[in-house]
Amino acid sequence: MYDPTVARLTYRGLLGRRRALILGALPVLLLVISAAVRTFTGADDQVAADVLGGFALATMVPIIGVIAGTGAIGPEIDDGSVVYLLAKPVKRPTIIFTKLIVAIAVTMAFSAVPTLLAGLILNGNGQQIAVAYTVAALVASIAYAAIFLLLGTVTRHAVVFGLVYALVWEALFGSLISGARTLSVQQWSLAVAHEVSGADLVTSDVSLVTGTVLLLAVTVAATWFAGQKLRSLTLAGEE
Amino acid sequence: MTTLTIDHVSRWFGNVVAVNDITMTIGPGVTGLLGPNGAGKSTLINMMGGFLAPSTGTVTLDGRPTWRNEQIYRKIGIVPEREAMYDFLTGREFVLANAELHGLGRKTAQQALATVEMEYAQDRKISTYSKGMRQRVKMASALVHDPSLLLLDEPFNGMDPRQRMQLMDLLRSMGDEGRTVLFSSHILEEVEQLASHIEVIVAGRHAASGDFRRIRRLMTDRPHRYLVRSSDDRALAAALIADPSTSGIEVDLQEGALRIQAVDFARFTALLPRVARDHGIRLLTVSPSDESLESVFSYLVAA
Repeated sequence: MYDPTVARLTYRGLLGRRRALILGALPVLLLVISAAVRTFTGADDQVAADVLGGFALATMVPIIGVIAGTGAIGPEIDDGSVVYLLAKPVKRPTIIFTKLIVAIAVTMAFSAVPTLLAGLILNGNGQQIAVAYTVAALVASIAYAAIFLLLGTVTRHAVVFGLVYALVWEALFGSLISGARTLSVQQWSLAVAHEVSGADLVTSDVSLVTGTVLLLAVTVAATWFAGQKLRSLTLAGEE
Repeated sequence: MTTLTIDHVSRWFGNVVAVNDITMTIGPGVTGLLGPNGAGKSTLINMMGGFLAPSTGTVTLDGRPTWRNEQIYRKIGIVPEREAMYDFLTGREFVLANAELHGLGRKTAQQALATVEMEYAQDRKISTYSKGMRQRVKMASALVHDPSLLLLDEPFNGMDPRQRMQLMDLLRSMGDEGRTVLFSSHILEEVEQLASHIEVIVAGRHAASGDFRRIRRLMTDRPHRYLVRSSDDRALAAALIADPSTSGIEVDLQEGALRIQAVDFARFTALLPRVARDHGIRLLTVSPSDESLESVFSYLVAA
C-alpha cells in the first residue's frame, strides 16, 4: 500500500523551496506571537488556550493542511507530470495512500510540533494545554490531509476551495452557526483533545464518540474517493 | 510481439468530436501517426496509453483493454508531449524513480540513460535542461523497463537536427528488434524518414493508412492547382488543355492569370515548361495555390 518512490517524489515536491517557505511562515508566526504574549502577560492558562485554540488549531493547522494536502498531488495533475506515476504498474490507491501518508506527516510536522512548542512557551504545558492542543493538531492533520488531498484530485482550484473551507467554514461559520460546528474537523479534534487534557479550558461542541467516528469516516471516505478519482483521471491532450 | 487494436473508437469532449470512429491495428515495427495540429493525434495516443476512456469503441493491447488497467504499463513505455517532469530532480534521479516504480533498480536506470546518451548531464537538475535533453530523459524513462510497445507524442518537437537523427536511429533499431513503436507527428518528412507504416488522421477521422509510398502517391496524385501568368495566357491555355494531365483551366481576367487544375502532377510539371518553350511563350509566374499541408490532408480525407 505504501510506495517509497512515490513518497520520495511527493516529499521533494512538497518541500521545494517556495512551498517550504510558506509552510514554515505560519509556525514561525505562532512561535513569535507565543513568545511575545508570554513576555507581556506572563504564563496564563486561559491566554495559552486562546492562542492555541484561536490561532494554532483554528487557522494554522487547516492552512498547513491545505498546502500539504493539495500540494501532495494537485501540482502534478495540473502540469501533467502525474503521467509518470500513472504510466506504471502501481495501483492507484497505493499512490493515493502514499501521498496521504506524506501529506499527514508534513502537516503534523509543520503544525503539531510548533503547537507543542508554542504551548510550552505560553504556559509550560500547565493544565496539559500544550499536549491537548498538540493531540488536536495531530488528529486534525490526518483528516485535513485526507480532505485536501481529495480536493487536489478533483479540482484545479483545490487551494482556493481548501482555504474557503478552512477560513470561511471552520473559522467564520463555526463561530456564527452552531450547526456548522458539528461538521468541523476542528471541533472533532477538540473532542479528542478534551479527553486528553480533562480540563475545561479545552472544550468541544461534539462528543468524543461523534468526533472520533466523524474523523475516521471522513478520512477513510476521502481517501477511498481520491483513489477512485485517480483511477479515472483523464489526461487530456494539449490540442 | 505486441499488437494494439483500436476498434471503432470515437471520443468527444462536450459536443466537439476529437476522434471519429477510428479503427486501426498497430503491430511490430515503426508506425507514424501523421496529421495536422488539432487532428486528434494526442487524444488518440492518450486513449492508446490508457489515460482517456473512449466515448465509444475499444482500445486493447494484446486483447486487454488499456483503460483502467495499470498492468498494461509493464508492456508500454510512454513519451508524453507535455514538458512537465519533476523539474526539481536531476536526470539520474528522475530515471531512477521511473525504474523503481517498475520494481527495477539503479542498473537499468543507468542503462537507459546510456541508451539516450544523457550520462554526461545526468547529475544536472532537469530544470536546467534544453528541450532536446528533456526529450531524451523522457525517452530514457520510457525505455527503462524494456517495453514491447512505445508510444511517443510528437517526440521530435524542439529537437535540433542531430538529436533528431539520433532519436530516429534509436526508434528505427527498436522497430527492427520487433517492438511496436508508434509516434505522432505533423511533419510528413519526419514520418516518411522513419516510419515503415503510416496512419493519417485528419479532423478526427482516419484518412489513410499504408506504407509511405502509398501515402506519398495519394498526396501527389491529387489534383494540383496552379496560378500561372505568361506573355500569352490564352495561347498557353489552349496548348495545355490538349494534354490529359490538365483537367481544367480558367482565365482569371481580374488577376490577369490562368488558374490551372492538373491531375497528373509529374506529367504536368514536365509539360508546362515544354509547351511554353515550343510556343514561344514566356512564363512570368508559376505558383502552386494549394500546397499547404492542410490542403493535402483535406484532400486525403475526401479521397
